[in-house]
Amino acid sequence: MNREIVKYLLLVVVVLFIPLLVHEGYMLNVMVFVGIHAMLALALNLLLGYAGQISLGQAGFFGLGAYVSGILTTSFNLDPWIAMIIAAIFVTLLAFVIGFPILKLKGHYLAMATLGLGIIIYIVFNEAVDHTGGPSGLSGIPNLKIAGIVFDNDLKNYFLIWGFTLVSIGLSLNLVHSRIGRALRSIHDSEVAARVMGVNARILKVQIFALSACISAVAGSLYAHTMTFIAPASFGFNFSVELVTMVIIGGLASIYGSILGAALLTMLPELLRTFQDYDIIVYGLLLIVMTMYMPGGLVNGIPAVFSRLKGKSKREGGGDA
Amino acid sequence: MELSDQIAQYLLSGLSTGAIYALIGIGFAIIYNSTDIINFAQGELVMLGGMFTLFFMEKMKLPLPVSILLAVLATIGCGALFERLTIRPLKSPTPLGLIIITIGGSILIRGIVMLVWDKDTHSLPAFSGSEPILIGSATILPQHLWIFALTAVAIAANKLFFQYTITGKAMRACAVNRRAAGLVGIDVRRMVFFSFAISGGLGSLAGIIVAPLTMTSYDVGVMLGLKGFCAAIIGGLTGGVGTVLGGLLLGILESLGAGLISSGYKDAIAFIILLLILFIRPQGLFGRAQTDRV
Repeated sequence: MNREIVKYLLLVVVVLFIPLLVHEGYMLNVMVFVGIHAMLALALNLLLGYAGQISLGQAGFFGLGAYVSGILTTSFNLDPWIAMIIAAIFVTLLAFVIGFPILKLKGHYLAMATLGLGIIIYIVFNEAVDHTGGPSGLSGIPNLKIAGIVFDNDLKNYFLIWGFTLVSIGLSLNLVHSRIGRALRSIHDSEVAARVMGVNARILKVQIFALSACISAVAGSLYAHTMTFIAPASFGFNFSVELVTMVIIGGLASIYGSILGAALLTMLPELLRTFQDYDIIVYGLLLIVMTMYMPGGLVNGIPAVFSRLKGKSKREGGGDA
Repeated sequence: MELSDQIAQYLLSGLSTGAIYALIGIGFAIIYNSTDIINFAQGELVMLGGMFTLFFMEKMKLPLPVSILLAVLATIGCGALFERLTIRPLKSPTPLGLIIITIGGSILIRGIVMLVWDKDTHSLPAFSGSEPILIGSATILPQHLWIFALTAVAIAANKLFFQYTITGKAMRACAVNRRAAGLVGIDVRRMVFFSFAISGGLGSLAGIIVAPLTMTSYDVGVMLGLKGFCAAIIGGLTGGVGTVLGGLLLGILESLGAGLISSGYKDAIAFIILLLILFIRPQGLFGRAQTDRV
């Protein structure tokens, strides 16, 4: 357990030091996105990596959080913090209610059902023009503020977002190392065996689905209030796939892996500007290659490659004897 | 137009889009039955059909029938290649891994088409003019007739193949029990390979015959694929009549919904139906319930 605390504190220190190294506003802005994506990847990983239940509709929950926040603050002049809480509660309840029928499904059926759910939500964003502004989006969403500090520049947003991200990481670490975390992994390995051992798999799956949706909704609210503008295009099927890619690349069932995956996939397109739209080819290839050759993701794959190299050199060395 | 005329019109156009969904759905079912894989790249094979036809017509200046034939063959090749490169090398396939690989494949194919072609929408010429034909008080385009005819031919050919050829029977055996099929000497991996090739062919045909009506571009596959899956689910993921009825039902409901309720929510209708079926009758409207085997 001590090692876990050290690792977490190390991450906190890194997060605190990054703004000292990255002065440039643009890179800092990218780091804000890394934080939001890390929260989303983390939320998906709890469901996909730990409980073994796929969701291809995470972008929908993210978008719902953003839109509920956006609509409540612009049309109803609510305080952003209150809007954020309402958004989180609304999305959590929605996920809880829909979780019961949807998580009865398994494998491909679950993938298709969550995909369908995500697309329905996306279509509503586009079509409910009176409330959402339709395809051209919703603008003028107010920034969050605490005691006179308005989060209106990249540096302040960086600390705001990463504050939330670190809290989510801490809570998730706590969760996966608890009894519930072990129960989730038992569902992943064999749902029948888990149930025989007395794990209430049905409720637990729904709860983790709702938690995952809740974290995504909070990320969505944060996104809306930091960007002050949202449009449906950010919450489509492609983004759901991008989130799955982050989790797979980082490593299933690894909290730090999700952060690594989110960081890589958020910065990669920024570094490879020439790719522009073609980044989806890179995502596609990454998904296939990683699943085929490194199913544990980078977090597990790189140490494995190292130890195999080591093992090989040892074997070669000892061959003569 | 009176309401009854309108409804007749919606029914006709619904039937023709439904036929397309049925073709795509059968593709899903064939792969699922021989491998337990839901091929998320199925829609991309549909898209490839349309885009290849366009390529052969515009770039190679070939006549339409030749282009169509070549496009179907090329897509069959793509389906087979996809299986060879991604599915077969898998050492220990898990359902999750297969979902992710086929999703990866679908966005890869989409990306490559965008790269070598472009992001614009293109139209294919109608197979035989676009003079509307009057049926009662509703009109129908010659292309609709082509859709009905070619879908019927494809489904019949498919049926004959699975009923009367040795390969078709072997594939059905794999669908019933892969292990037992292997034990009686059927090369299961080869059947998996065939199933990808066949559903590539059916998918591309669907993509080609619908292209003159709805245009084609690198990203048409997503929606068409999902609706084909919806048709297959309604039919209980069997390659036969169930999926055809499922496709037609979906096409009609969608067309009626778009016409009478709201055209903006047209695509949402298919997904709401999909969710309802999955929630209430996951074995499909025409399927029998199955118990889980552990």
